[in-house]
This record gives sequence, structure tokens and C-alpha cells, in this order.
Amino acid sequence: MSTVATTHSPLRPRKSRVLTAVMAVYLLYTLVPLVWLLISATKTQQDLLSTSGLAFGGTFALLDNIAETFSHDGGIFLRWLGNTLLYVVVGAGGATALATAAGYGLAKYRFRGRRAVFAVLLGAIAIPGTALAVPTFLMFSNLGLTNTPWAIIIPSLVSPFGLYLVWTYAVEAVPDELLEAARIDGAGELRIFFTVTLRLLLPGVVTVALFAVVSTWNNYFLPLIMLSEPDWYPLTVGLNQWSAQASGVGAQPIYHLVITGAVITIVPLVIAFLLLQRFWQSGLTAGSVKQ
Amino acid sequence: MSPTRRSRQVAIVLATALATALSACSSGDSGTAPGGATGTQDAVDAALREGGEITYWSWTPSAKAQVEAFQQEFPNVKVNHVNAGTGNDHYTKLQNAIKAGSGAPDVAQIEYQALPQFAMTGALVDLGQYGFTAFEDDYTPSTWNSVKVGGGLFGLPQDSGPMALFYNKEVFDRHGLTVPKTWDEYVEAARKLHAADPTKYITSDTGDAGFATSMIWQAGGKPFTTDGKNVKIDLQDEGSRKWTATWDALVEEKLVSTIPGWSDAWYKALGDGTIATLATGAWMPGVLESSVPGGAGKWAVAPLPTYDGKTPVTAENGGGGQSVLKQSAKPALAAAFVRWLNNGNGVKPFLDSGGFPATKADLESSAFKDEAAPYFGGQQINQVLTAAAGQVVPGWSYLPYQLYANSIFGDTVGKSYADSTGLDPGLTAWQQALVDYGNQQGFTVTTG
Repeated sequence: MSTVATTHSPLRPRKSRVLTAVMAVYLLYTLVPLVWLLISATKTQQDLLSTSGLAFGGTFALLDNIAETFSHDGGIFLRWLGNTLLYVVVGAGGATALATAAGYGLAKYRFRGRRAVFAVLLGAIAIPGTALAVPTFLMFSNLGLTNTPWAIIIPSLVSPFGLYLVWTYAVEAVPDELLEAARIDGAGELRIFFTVTLRLLLPGVVTVALFAVVSTWNNYFLPLIMLSEPDWYPLTVGLNQWSAQASGVGAQPIYHLVITGAVITIVPLVIAFLLLQRFWQSGLTAGSVKQ
Repeated sequence: MSPTRRSRQVAIVLATALATALSACSSGDSGTAPGGATGTQDAVDAALREGGEITYWSWTPSAKAQVEAFQQEFPNVKVNHVNAGTGNDHYTKLQNAIKAGSGAPDVAQIEYQALPQFAMTGALVDLGQYGFTAFEDDYTPSTWNSVKVGGGLFGLPQDSGPMALFYNKEVFDRHGLTVPKTWDEYVEAARKLHAADPTKYITSDTGDAGFATSMIWQAGGKPFTTDGKNVKIDLQDEGSRKWTATWDALVEEKLVSTIPGWSDAWYKALGDGTIATLATGAWMPGVLESSVPGGAGKWAVAPLPTYDGKTPVTAENGGGGQSVLKQSAKPALAAAFVRWLNNGNGVKPFLDSGGFPATKADLESSAFKDEAAPYFGGQQINQVLTAAAGQVVPGWSYLPYQLYANSIFGDTVGKSYADSTGLDPGLTAWQQALVDYGNQQGFTVTTG
């Protein structure tokens, strides 16, 4: 055992050239499109169509591009950015809150129908959102909610996967003994939830929040069919509309704005990941070691 | 998201929507599709005097200016212009709103290839009831034919796209190529060009349904015929095979560039001579002028090559008109707007935006015909293009589910392109998929 430990210490794993090479290739695979995007955002439409993708153009037009992105078509990009933020804050925020409360409740309270909820939940995770988009559209249409922000926010509020994640996380992270102790000390259930449970669940909640933020931020198909009024578009659908106007009769390509808009669109997500990644890591590894 | 994946999703939506629309059509009384209503324009004039508010969905570049001009002329009418998306996005939303029974605009832009689908499912108002059939002589025969479905009139044509050959004169001169008059000469030019400079291609084509159907149209093919719910598909008729016999050579010998149409790389290739010709609709000059500045002074226009080199024939590619939706609460006012757009003062802002009209008077006016285009080195390109407008092969029609058909073109014929093999097996696979789909949707589909 000790001889093995000297060569394969868990703290100093053996280096593998093959794995390093695979990682390097993967790194390139991930970074090259990003580099292309960043370089392209600095070019004018003219340079974009006449210079190599991974080289800078004749003029450095990043600031002009950003200014034009925000002013094109009456400044509608800013409106789309605001819409996306609204959908993320209300939709993803609400989804996280609901998933947290429900997941905790299912993990720690015994009541009739728990198994049924579990079955429904697993079923809901298995159905891709795209398949539900059209039925959801028809339902919302009957309610008269299409073409309003509610058509995006309400479906985003439900996150079966997030609920499942909090549920399994709560089983591990919140000891029953702690809850009992709190009850004996006279704390009500709500107070226990907000003062004891939430702190213990925080890594899990942040993980769920990140998932919800990313999926709401990237939500494309649902708003595409729900909304026809560009004033309510999120960034994804709006950018696609700008991109699509490059084709067909009366084509008006504005690729430089689409690319600059894409850069602006990913910046908030990158920031969110950098800020929250330590929670994210501890959330993902929770329960992997028996304590 | 990749374009193919998106178009597949769109196809799914369109398929579901169409299925319901059709079943509603067969069971209910609401869907009295193609008709042949007649009436007068009195109701339209009265509605215009009364005024009101309507919604108009369009992605055309001229829509904004047109709506502003209309409201200035008729201050008692308010038109809400909505750009709901370009192409398939627009149709998906339109079809969904129709299926849902609410949320559709009063007036919508609908391209010729998509019109039968919306007309057949009873979503559009037959403008014959407002006496618009009287406008027949104002339009080119091919565009008028495109807005008539099963005896009804389901829109007024706005633009047209008679095909011509756009070629890069600079590339042609440098390699000593002559402008091809026949498709055989075109293939020869493709070989010569690519041999002389392997970075240059005669054109780019990765499998585009709109282009393929237009080429079959020009070759005299009539692969789609619809009579009520009976649809006949024959993508191996004489015209279709005539086209594939020519185009196979280009695809099999890899003489066409694989740059996808309308991508940034494509625009770049149009500017630097990588793509030497484009066989496309007469609306292309506006796109070249505004978006391919690198090609200024290099491009020129010639009639589309033919198979016999004698009789000039061409086909329509792209273009469309405006229709009134049955959901509209003010159909007469909506019809008034459509009349103004495409048979009144709305044509001028359309022309100003670089559009190619469908109205004979504008096509034949000397101001339009004799205009020298600086981008094209001063060539009077409209001489060629307006001549083409009168040489379109008559009798073409699209499928009543052409949008779906186009969305699966890449899965079937696209394979032939990707493997550089003959197009006929691809067309046969496309036909089979279309027969199966049509039968599922409640049509009775036969093959030729």
C-alpha cells in the first residue's frame, strides 16, 4: 500500500501526456470560437467580409460596433437586454425559490402522495422543453397571454430538474437531528427553513440558480413561438432576427452587429459563472463522499 | 443553434399546426378554402373612409416607410407594423396564431411559395369578394398566377423575382470566359474557371429548395399539382430530369462552391470573386448594392442560360405579396391597405427601397427600364430583368405544404450534394417523404 501511495498519491496524481494532450485539444476546441467571436466583434462589416476570421481587420471598430448595436433600429437591443434581465430575474429567480422550497419539503416532510410527486417529477425531467412548447403555446393562447412577458416567465418558473437537485441535496445536507433540535428549541417551520435550512442548502441553491439563469438566458424556442412583438423579445430571439435578415429578397446583413451583440450577450453569463463557481463546485460534488 | 436544427424545429411546429388546420378545414364550416368570390370595391372604400386600426406583419425593408406614408395619406387609419421575423420564423408565428384562433395580424406578407399553404387551410380572405380580380391586367402573369389558389384570389403581388444570370465580369474577363447562353456552356465555363483557378467556382450551391424548384420551373417541369385535396408530385418529370442532367455535372465534378448561401462567407465570396455567377431573382441587385460593396463595378447581368439557347425562358425565384387574414376584425380595411400597398401609392416607397416590382406599369416605365446602374458599371440592368419578367414559364404551382417541403430538402436532396452524387436519387427521396407527409396531413397524394 505504501509503495503504491508514493507513486500514486491522491494529492499528486501521475501526469499523463495523453490526457494533457486531449485537454489541450479540448481547450482549443472551446476557445477558438470564442477568440473568433471576440476578434470579429472588433471589425467593421466590410472587414468582416474581407479579412481572415482569426486576424484583426484594418480598423479597430469595437467601440463603434457597440455604439451601433445599442442604437440600431431605435435602440431595440437595449430593450431586448432589459427583457432578458427581466425574464432571468423573475423567471429564474422564481424557479430557484420554488425548487428550493419544494425540494426541501419533499426531502424532509412525510406526507401522502410523495411517491406520486416523485414519479411525476422524473417524467417531467424526461420531457424536453421543445416538445412542450407548442402545447404550452396553445394553452397560453387560450388564456390570452401570448405576446406578453408572462408567456416567458410562467413556463420558466417551473424547473423539475432544479427541484430534483435540491431534493437530493437536502436529503444529504440537512440532518434530521438539526431540524429536531430546532423544533425542540421552539422554532416554527418557516423560521427553521429561513434561518437553518437555507444556509445549509446554499451551495445547492446556487447550483440550481445557475442552471435556471443559464437556461432562461439561453431560452430560444419558447419565446420564438410565444412572442411576435419584437418589443418583448429576449436577446436570443432578437439576435436571431438580426441574423436572419441577411437572407432572401431584400436581405440586409448586419453581421457585425449580430457578432457584437453576441459578445455583449455572453458577458453577463461569464461574470455570473466567475462569481458563483465556488458554490457551483461544492454543489456538484455534494454527497459524493459519505461522511 | 445550427440552421438545420432550427429549420427542423420549425418544421415540427408547421407540421403540427398544419395538421390541425386541415382537420378543422375538413370537419368545420369555417374553412371554406379556395373559392371564387366576386364583389365590388365599395366596401373597401367605405372602410377606408370610416378608418380604424389594423396590424401588419412584414419583414420587407420598405414596410416601415410604406406604413408611414399610408398613415399620412389616411390619418384616420392606424397601422401597427410588426416585424415578427424573417421567413420561417414569420410563418411559424403566423401558423401558430391561426391555429390558436387569435393573435394573427390583419395583413401579412406571404411569399408566393408559402401562399398555397395558408390559402388552402382557409386562413386567408378571398379578395375576389372586394372586386380585386379586376386588377389582373396590372400584374405580370406569373405573379398573378402565384396569388391565385384554386380559383380564389388570396393576395396582391408586391415583388417579383424573374431569374437572370448575375456574373462577375472581372473574373470572366481574366479567365477569358464568355457569358454562357446555354446550360451546357455554363457547365463548360464552370470547368474552365475551376481548372484555371481552383479557388474560384462558377457558383455556390449546397442544396437550396427555393433554387432547385425555380430551376425545375425554368426547365419546364411541373412537379407539383394540386386539385382540392388531391396532390400530385412528380419530381422525375421531364423538366426535373432536364435540370438534374445539367446540374449533376456541376455537383459530381465538385464545380460548385460549398459556401452556404446568405452566410457571412457567402457575402465575402461574392465580393472577392470566389463565386463567379448567381442564377437568381431580379431582386438581387438591391442586395448586391447594399451588402457587397467589394463587388461594385464588377458584376453584370445577362439573361438566364437556357437549354436550347434559342427561346428565352426563365422562372420566378422568391418574391411575394400581402394577404388579408380571416381572423381580421376589419377585413375590408385590411384589404384597402393591401390595395394601397400593391396597387396604389405604396408601390413608390417599395421601388425607392430597391425592390423589383410585380406591376406591369412600373416594369415598363422608361424611368425604371433605362436607369443606368452605377454598381453594375452603368449597365441598364432593368432592360434584362424586365424582359425576363415576361419570359417566365407559365403554369407553375407550389405544394400546399411547401414550407415543410423546403425544410426537409436538406435531409434528402442535401445528401446528394454532400456526397457529390447524382441529384435524382435525392429528388426521389424528397418526393417519397413529401408523399408520406401529405397523406398523413389528410391530402391524397399520388406520384406521376
